[in-house]
Amino acid sequence: MNNNSGFLAWVMDPKRRGPMLIAPAIIVLLLINIVPLMWSFGLSFFKYRANTLKPPKFSWFYNYEKVVQKEGIWEALQTTAIIVAGSVGVQMVLGFLLALLFAKKFPLRRILLMFVLTPMMLSNVAVAIYFKLFYEPEFGLLSQFVQSFTGEMYVLLATPAGALIGVIVADAWQWTPFVMLLVLAGLVSVPKHLYEAAEIDRMSWWRTFTTITFPYVRSLLLLAVLFRTIETFKIFDLVFILTNGGPGTATETIGVLVYRTAFQFFRTSSSAAMGYILLFAVIVLTSLYLYVIKQRESEEM
Amino acid sequence: MKKRAIGEAGWGGTAIAAIVGFIYFFPVLFIILTAFRSRSDTLATPPKWIFTPTLENFYHIFYRSMANSTEYVATGFHMYFFNSIYISGMSVLLALIIGTLAAYGFSRHPLKGNDTYLFIILTTRMLPPIIVIVPIFLIFRVTGLAGTYTGIILIYTCFNLPFSIWMMKSFFDELNTEIEDASRMDGATERSVFFGICIPQVKAGLAATSVFALILTWNEFLFALLLTNKITRTMPPAMARTIGGEINVDYGLLAAMICLFLIPILLVTYLLQNQLLRGVTFGTIKK
Repeated sequence: MNNNSGFLAWVMDPKRRGPMLIAPAIIVLLLINIVPLMWSFGLSFFKYRANTLKPPKFSWFYNYEKVVQKEGIWEALQTTAIIVAGSVGVQMVLGFLLALLFAKKFPLRRILLMFVLTPMMLSNVAVAIYFKLFYEPEFGLLSQFVQSFTGEMYVLLATPAGALIGVIVADAWQWTPFVMLLVLAGLVSVPKHLYEAAEIDRMSWWRTFTTITFPYVRSLLLLAVLFRTIETFKIFDLVFILTNGGPGTATETIGVLVYRTAFQFFRTSSSAAMGYILLFAVIVLTSLYLYVIKQRESEEM
Repeated sequence: MKKRAIGEAGWGGTAIAAIVGFIYFFPVLFIILTAFRSRSDTLATPPKWIFTPTLENFYHIFYRSMANSTEYVATGFHMYFFNSIYISGMSVLLALIIGTLAAYGFSRHPLKGNDTYLFIILTTRMLPPIIVIVPIFLIFRVTGLAGTYTGIILIYTCFNLPFSIWMMKSFFDELNTEIEDASRMDGATERSVFFGICIPQVKAGLAATSVFALILTWNEFLFALLLTNKITRTMPPAMARTIGGEINVDYGLLAAMICLFLIPILLVTYLLQNQLLRGVTFGTIKK
């Protein structure tokens, strides 16, 4: 009892209020995130397969060498880069246009906005299933549309380029609203009097856009690019269900490659090494993202 | 300039927005239509736009005849629904309690290196789940947590925690600290400042955070795929399994499942429109 109250008093000490408030969160994160991360970091230096009983064998950088040399990580990186560039590019352009459209007030705006914003709240699984149906060669809408011109079934996902486009379209459809939402926030923050002044000065539409609108949207647009790049870099669910990396390895992104290596081929330690290459990229992107946020906040003050 | 009756955009803008909104919403609409089509109507070429709506797909979610038999058997989907609700509910509740405390700590009692902690916490959310899943899978196998409710709830709590912390911190940061300081002067304890003054002011924030966390968990696929079994399986992997092979996919059935999935999300999107920006950027962008 005495001991207990001593401990309680130690915990409740005002000096420790900050640390004690965040302690539970830090403990949970350590247990479920940091410890496994360290574990897999260690694992990446061993030879280990999760489907055998053989104990792990220390092997220095063997896994990293193998991953870089022959397990197709470059191809996977390239595939991921193509999907990121394509999808984020489309999202930026379409998102910007949508935002310009929705920046003005008009009746039914709230409902229409909800329609446009819904995709990003959907499960990736649901999006993947819809697009699988859409691309379906026999009765999918795309195939039937093409068929009405050519008279032949159209199998988009059968060619490498087609499959990549299929994935990019699905991902871009789902995440364009995200970019739109960010740009919209920027557009709304432009002071009205600037536009009035521009009108008095008879500034051209283009000049108004580049000197007034764009500067207000620029930092948010940059954040959108970074955020979407980080997220698209990890793309897994959509590709896994839509194409399962196929045809061949044409749409095998890093996420799918790591999954296959770990849970289909059970090269557990190789997958850990791959994961670390991926982690490095994500940390760089995340710090860049937070740096831009800081800049933006200090600009506003 | 003459004020137009229809708002700033004018008739042209409104019409374009309506068309764009419709085109954008079309896939969702198509899924809803497919869910109410009978199997033969789903497979029809050209697609049938006018058909007699049927609820058979929804019935088949729960009771379906297996291959080569006409007898209808329960598919266990009611259980997957329950699992989805139970697992996301529990993990969001846990994450919200732990996360709100931590957010309050970060906001009001900053530590040395506060920003570093926050950066690490955000990074754990940004990092690809695929790299933590390998060791977690191994640890779960050894400890027997694989396939249990405790295991998946623990994972999802951790998955939601960074999000809850950043979201709630952004709400706490917005509050006016003068009220808190004044009541401290009047002799209020820390506990009553937290529960009596801060929490009531961030009620809307708590609601928004929990709803977003619920959606994120509700939609999560990878962890659920690898760490649940027949009994604890949630909806997304159950839906993915329904696709099965490449041929004879029952899209009507899948569409009906997505529909059941969709209704809460549509509602939420409409109600939380003003908080959406903050929600989808983990509280890093407020306006």
